[in-house]
Amino acid sequence: MEKHIDLELRLLKDSLMQMWQMVGKQINKSETAFMSCDRSLAREVIAREKMCNAMELKIDSQCESFIALNNPVAIDLRLALAILKINNNLERIADFAEGVAIFVLKNMSEPLDKDFADKLRIAEMFSEVKLMFSMAQEALEEENSGKAEKVFGSDNLVDEINHESIKVLVEQMRKQPEKAEEYLYLHSVIRKLERIGDRCNNIAEEIVFYLDAKVLKHSKIKE
Amino acid sequence: MNIIETKDLDFYYGDFHALKGINMDIEKQTVTAFIGPSGCGKSTYLRLFNRMNDLIPGTRMTGNILIEGEDIYAKGVEVDRLRKKVGMVFQKPNPFGKTIFDNVAYGLRVNGIKDKKYIADKVESSLKAAALWEEVKDKLKKSAFELSGGQQQRLCIARALAIEPEILLMDEPASALDPISTAKIEELIFELKDRYTIVIVTHNMQQAARVSDKTAFFYLGELIEYDDTGKIFTNPMKVETQNYITGRFG
Repeated sequence: MEKHIDLELRLLKDSLMQMWQMVGKQINKSETAFMSCDRSLAREVIAREKMCNAMELKIDSQCESFIALNNPVAIDLRLALAILKINNNLERIADFAEGVAIFVLKNMSEPLDKDFADKLRIAEMFSEVKLMFSMAQEALEEENSGKAEKVFGSDNLVDEINHESIKVLVEQMRKQPEKAEEYLYLHSVIRKLERIGDRCNNIAEEIVFYLDAKVLKHSKIKE
Repeated sequence: MNIIETKDLDFYYGDFHALKGINMDIEKQTVTAFIGPSGCGKSTYLRLFNRMNDLIPGTRMTGNILIEGEDIYAKGVEVDRLRKKVGMVFQKPNPFGKTIFDNVAYGLRVNGIKDKKYIADKVESSLKAAALWEEVKDKLKKSAFELSGGQQQRLCIARALAIEPEILLMDEPASALDPISTAKIEELIFELKDRYTIVIVTHNMQQAARVSDKTAFFYLGELIEYDDTGKIFTNPMKVETQNYITGRFG
């Protein structure tokens, strides 16, 4: 028979997975909205952001009750603390997806020129952060810290694309100085994707903390 | 510096092997909690530190327990002198049927002290150390049985402190008390550790986590894990310890 504390932890995990799915959809939709300049999809992402916020509060409150009522220790305590932090990171990721959608509404009238988008490696960046996002989710579902650690490697690629994009954008600004503002806004989208990568990294750290009791925050080990 | 050292300790009640190959050092002026399911040997082990098990027929021990480097089971050791050094507080408050004052003075008088001024000062300082003075200073001549359960337990602690022990053994000292009295005992343990070495047996995981510096987990007579309390309650090394403290045992 399932112990009471295990049932509570399963419910907490289920809520977090629900949040994960919601945020995952937000990333996918913001990507489609951006790549195809789909304004109605962008509006949908913005409208759904409130649901992510509500879900974050619900999970926070569930964690608070779990800790207060069950006095968890050891692996149970680490899981509850990890869920709290992962929850917060997922909500921030949803904010970044919303930021991309806002950019589509405010700054785009047509999709980016394909050659230019390729140079910026924007599609590659989207697909890399989505991979990190789903890899972290699988790591928690499967309780596999090795898989969580793989997320750290992907973050380096995302950082590299972000750095390279600055060169591409500066070159473009030199060619078309009248569009400098537009390119700066565009860079803010790339920055948001880079921040999603960072958040996935944080989530992976929390999974390793939960499973192996290793604190990787601010450590060089993961590099 | 270690005040208690246990080397290759085995203990038997008749044929029953109650403690198996225990090796453990306890540092001076620390609080060490013994945890484990009923029958795991933790109280038996605690009682070996002041030779309380000597009174039980059919028991046998091998190995050594050293207190301040001295083997307390060596021939010629005076048990009374040992128990003066190693005081004990039991699960159920057990005041004597005497006045509050006489309860605390009891150990001093038994040890031959007659100086009334010295005894009165010692009673006051012990009651203060046990955080009971303010509650009883105006009724020292009243019977100890008039005190509440929590006060009686602190009186027993004062009685143990009066003879100036170096080690205080506590066998579930708060298990019969309400949460307020429990909090007072825990606060007291925290204050006393500056002067005494405290070893406490408890079934209350949270209490062990709150009051102790080190925690030892016993199971079926074996010392499974012994480490800093913070480590035991966040990242125990042994799966048995984790299962026990998270309530998934058995």
